[in-house]
Amino acid sequence: MDAIQKSLLEELAGIHEVPEGAYNIRANGKAVGRNSSANIDIVPKDDKPGIDIIIKPGTKHESVHIPVIISESGLKDLVYNDFYIGEDCDVTIVAGCGIHNCGDQESAHDGIHSFHLAKNAKVKYIEKHIGVGDGNGKNVMNPQTFLELDENAYFEMETSQIKGIDSTVRNTEGTLGNNATLIIKEKLMTHGSQVAKTNFKVELNGTGSSANVISRSVAKEKSKQEFLSHILGNAECYGHTECDAIIMDEAVVTAIPELTAANVEASLIHEAAIGKIAGEQLIKLMTLGLTEQEAEEQIINGFLK
Amino acid sequence: MLELKNISYVVEEKNSKIEILKDVNLSIGDGFVAITGPNGGGKSTLAKIVAGIIKPTSGQIILDGEDITDLSITERAKKGISFAFQQPVKFKGITVKDLLTLAAGKETSINEACNILSEVGLCAKDYINREVNASLSGGELKRIEIAMILARSTKISIFDEPEAGIDLWSFNSLIKVFENMHEKVKGSIIIISHQERILNTADQIILLGKGYVDKVGTKEEIFPDLMKDAVNVACDKLVGGNK
Repeated sequence: MDAIQKSLLEELAGIHEVPEGAYNIRANGKAVGRNSSANIDIVPKDDKPGIDIIIKPGTKHESVHIPVIISESGLKDLVYNDFYIGEDCDVTIVAGCGIHNCGDQESAHDGIHSFHLAKNAKVKYIEKHIGVGDGNGKNVMNPQTFLELDENAYFEMETSQIKGIDSTVRNTEGTLGNNATLIIKEKLMTHGSQVAKTNFKVELNGTGSSANVISRSVAKEKSKQEFLSHILGNAECYGHTECDAIIMDEAVVTAIPELTAANVEASLIHEAAIGKIAGEQLIKLMTLGLTEQEAEEQIINGFLK
Repeated sequence: MLELKNISYVVEEKNSKIEILKDVNLSIGDGFVAITGPNGGGKSTLAKIVAGIIKPTSGQIILDGEDITDLSITERAKKGISFAFQQPVKFKGITVKDLLTLAAGKETSINEACNILSEVGLCAKDYINREVNASLSGGELKRIEIAMILARSTKISIFDEPEAGIDLWSFNSLIKVFENMHEKVKGSIIIISHQERILNTADQIILLGKGYVDKVGTKEEIFPDLMKDAVNVACDKLVGGNK
């Protein structure tokens, strides 16, 4: 790996060289490092690009890193990663994609991830998207995530995309069994003329299942964001979706809530708020000695923290 | 020394001009200075003018001989003016420690933050990493607002009705905070208040009537008038009510 790839990797996954435990590092469309552990098996697919990650039942406190880095301008990378998480597991999965585009061609990464959680499995999934580069080439990412949660499974997803990605359409779909829990926290910041679209579709099929989908975003300059969240309550369940956006300059933010209750015991809530930074927040921080710009940065950093 | 010279503030509303402050002249030295007077008398406006949040229509603000009338909020803050809002501001994602660090203008250690928080009657470990958002009560926010001023410890500190909403915290503690602050920093502590017990501790009381300085003096000089006014207001209400 060269210096650019290493620094992307560090920013993406907080790792310097090779991570502990199971990992698969993909750079410019090819695997550059792979390691299975005693409980976590990483197997390349025969029929298409990508890997199967199989985690043995009962695996606890282990982690899997599967970062993707692209430093070649004009590369279009498509990858399928399928996770099979056994019963009673408790694991952390760190994924993400970093693009460093110095050229003038479009670089793209489409990661298609599916997660199959067996009974009582618990997963924390962290996904970061980073784009840097000094060329005129566009950075494009279209992640798709499919979730299948069996009885009593728990999936917590933290996804963030802070600047640098010119165009993104995120699609996340999940189905939940009895007493399963899904938590999604999305953090997004767009600037320039970037476009970001997010679609969440969660089907609460199991009794006692619950979903909480939270998006916090900042739209700057002429960027556009669209947040669509659809929760279907097909059983006695609890669903909550929230979109909280700060809008600046000439940006446009659209929030579309969609709730479908198909059971009288389904309890579904949607909240959405879009607004500029409150003037009183700026003034308060300015009375502490910050300039208006510093105050703005602090407010945005806090909001997206 | 903070001096206000011929400060006027006029707002236009529906083609008519309303004078919020009329030719206010004050000079505020070191020590406790209380500003009191009826609601709508211009007390908060005066504080905001000193902090730079509101620009006066005319007049000058002089800090230690320097004219700061045209300076921004940030520049005045850097020159040593602190202002605790009457209504504290809430922030999503910004913690108590973040605000104390920003207020101090340098990385604040856990220890320092703890000391400041316990001074305002908050148990540090419960609060230090709390977000300053709507999950905090009005009283808690108010104490954090005061804590920020302590963290800054500047030569001019203005508190706009610091006692409002902090029912459970005794007045003695609040007054002690001001005394400690004065002992450490010296400088001027300007407190906008209606509370007799706070006024009692003031070296100087400024009575602000409807936009003008009604009287400036010690509590012995001001209190008799204050009481008389209070009685008159009460009487007006009673008479009005009987009509």
